[in-house]
Amino acid sequence: MKNHILPAIKLTLACIIVFAVIYPLSIWGIALIAAPNHGEGEVLTQKGRVVGYALIGQSFTQAKYFNGRPSAVGYNAAGSGGSNKGPTNPDYLASVKFAIDTFMLNNPSIKKEDVPVELVTASGSGLDPDISPKAALVQVPRIAKARNMSEDKLKELIKQHTESPLLGFMGPSKINVLKLNISLDNLN
Amino acid sequence: MNTEILGVVLTFIVTVLLAIPIGKYIAKVFGGEKSLLDFLAPIENLIFRICGIDAKREMTWKESLAALLTINLVWFIFAMLILMTQGSLPLNPDHNPSMTPDLAFNTAISFLVNCNLQDYSGETGVSYLTQVMVLMFLQFVSAATGVAALAVVFNAMKERTTDKLGNFYNYFMKTLTRILLPLCIVVAILFLLNGMPMTFHGKDNIVTLQGDSVQVSRGPVAAFVPIKHLGTNGGGFFGANSAHPLENPNYFTDMIELLSQSVLPFALVFALGYYLRRRKLALMIFGVMTVGFLMLTIPTIVAEVKGNPMISKMGIDMSSGAMEGKEVRFGAAASGYWSILTTVISTGSVNAMHDSYMPVSGINQMLAMMVNCFYGGKGVGILNFYIFIIIAVFISGLMVGRTPEFLGKKIEAKEMKIAVLIALLHPFLILVGTALAAYFTANDTAMGYWFAGKASGWLNNPGYHGFSEMLYQYSSSSANNGSGFEGLNDNDPFWNITAGIVMILGRYLPIIGPVAIAGILAGKKYIPESAGTLKTDTGTFGLMVFAVIVIIAALAFFPALALGPIAEHFSMK
Repeated sequence: MKNHILPAIKLTLACIIVFAVIYPLSIWGIALIAAPNHGEGEVLTQKGRVVGYALIGQSFTQAKYFNGRPSAVGYNAAGSGGSNKGPTNPDYLASVKFAIDTFMLNNPSIKKEDVPVELVTASGSGLDPDISPKAALVQVPRIAKARNMSEDKLKELIKQHTESPLLGFMGPSKINVLKLNISLDNLN
Repeated sequence: MNTEILGVVLTFIVTVLLAIPIGKYIAKVFGGEKSLLDFLAPIENLIFRICGIDAKREMTWKESLAALLTINLVWFIFAMLILMTQGSLPLNPDHNPSMTPDLAFNTAISFLVNCNLQDYSGETGVSYLTQVMVLMFLQFVSAATGVAALAVVFNAMKERTTDKLGNFYNYFMKTLTRILLPLCIVVAILFLLNGMPMTFHGKDNIVTLQGDSVQVSRGPVAAFVPIKHLGTNGGGFFGANSAHPLENPNYFTDMIELLSQSVLPFALVFALGYYLRRRKLALMIFGVMTVGFLMLTIPTIVAEVKGNPMISKMGIDMSSGAMEGKEVRFGAAASGYWSILTTVISTGSVNAMHDSYMPVSGINQMLAMMVNCFYGGKGVGILNFYIFIIIAVFISGLMVGRTPEFLGKKIEAKEMKIAVLIALLHPFLILVGTALAAYFTANDTAMGYWFAGKASGWLNNPGYHGFSEMLYQYSSSSANNGSGFEGLNDNDPFWNITAGIVMILGRYLPIIGPVAIAGILAGKKYIPESAGTLKTDTGTFGLMVFAVIVIIAALAFFPALALGPIAEHFSMK
């Protein structure tokens, strides 16, 4: 063991230089040249003001906006995480029921069997930027009323913003809620 | 077939197809044959010269283990020092504090042993210096440690009698420079182009569209995530791991992360076949692993796609599946697939929260870690499988009345003792740990220094599911997996220290055991195969190994699973 100590310490220092200094600095260099927004994360603007990160979901509670999913961290990306509630936890099931009732109250024209499950369950990160196209469509009557605009126009907007599965055949379809709401504001 | 299922199936097929040529390449690297990246040799030789290492000198298995354990000890001390002082060191734009000794112990061990259990959250618990210089550094070298140990075992399995089994430092360095680093650079560039951040700036303040003030954590993520997966480490940059949109921006990056965590464990099995020129043996091993993997994966995906029956009963649209703890951009199918891949392979990264999966999936996730050799972690998966092969050879030898031999070497009492001890260590660590925690919980003991408040306070869910949280934690620690039922309140001395001890034992003994067996066998006389030799590269023997694995895992763990996820499953109405 003794004659391994010195080589071990030297090799550790060498590995730190190669894998924890040169490697990350190289990736940083590539980011500065090639990545969107130089690796700072892509931001979205509205009328010149930065309103958020494209990949980070936001809390939308007002009736005039498309609402995202419930979040265990209140969409504050200083942290992240899910509810970590087990599927049979009685408190958890009560909170889902409450979320369904609240949704029905805010969207009285919608039938219960049309409420998509992702709108009443919290995401894993608490920062989920997306909803499914169905979850957007189900909010159309409420937003149309709040903004006094036609439902067809909203449906058209949803269609424009729907991102299809990867290469058309892998994974789910989705809609970025922040991008959708920025376009919605720009319509008026 | 819908697009979500198709995505999963294609990910698996592409991984296997890529693993075959990579396995061939790894065999060449370990065999010292000419290969693609030989132009790196001058750099490697320079490092060896500076460090005073003669990388050509062959070592015995004992010397290799001594080198391995010594350098691991150096890394542990280095990690402890930085973790406990990070608050006053540079590259800490968010002013995160230094770790308490028990949390530093848990974290240093966790990353040192390739486990990556995290009792802190990346956003608030560590500085960028720690993320890059300690955690990411350990992700590189701990993966290379496992592969280097495996390379020693590969070398020992050759058809000859020797005590010289290659040079540990040589295997270690080649794993880093020829396998991990080049793949990391490719994967990092793909991540950067898909919007994963790479910055040393701290949190950003944002006023949202609706007018709320929030912060957004960032960091050097795109350098961290490639080795997190290629090294089967799994420790997240952010608290939510690969469910976080900046750590896994879209379905494409999700596929890349799935691929990069599984391609090397798959490839190492093929590498064994090419290296020893025993392709049928490699196919037998890969077959057993794949059958086991699919038996765990398929019911999980079915359960997740179907959704929670107790929410179903409330009468809403369940077509997206069980979405609690999952992200819309991945969907239920890809999350179900990920949860089993990450537990069989000991990565332990997550793209959805395991605590909120269906009980059937919980059973499969835990079984995956309890078995711990369906593909398995970087290098150590095959080492675990090797133990089961030795046991299966011995049992089949007794059954058919032949001398137990594996690859031309007689298996005798000493090797069997080591193999059985290692096979029983894993259930011992998991069950003793869980029993201890469950005892305190059941009595609701006031824990004093060990936990703030009474013991039941560490659970986030009542009943059977609470028990599962504890069982999962020790399974994950002993399997060096690192995922968690994250509801468990684990940043306290009790969990930090007990899980830390389980992680150490669950890492080093299962490396020492197989290396010792292989080393002892290598020194024995080589007996050429004859008509009387038990064939180990056949389907029949594969079935035998599978049976040994199932019996050891099922017999040891079934009672514990029955108290947790199985009971929870049957309580769902």
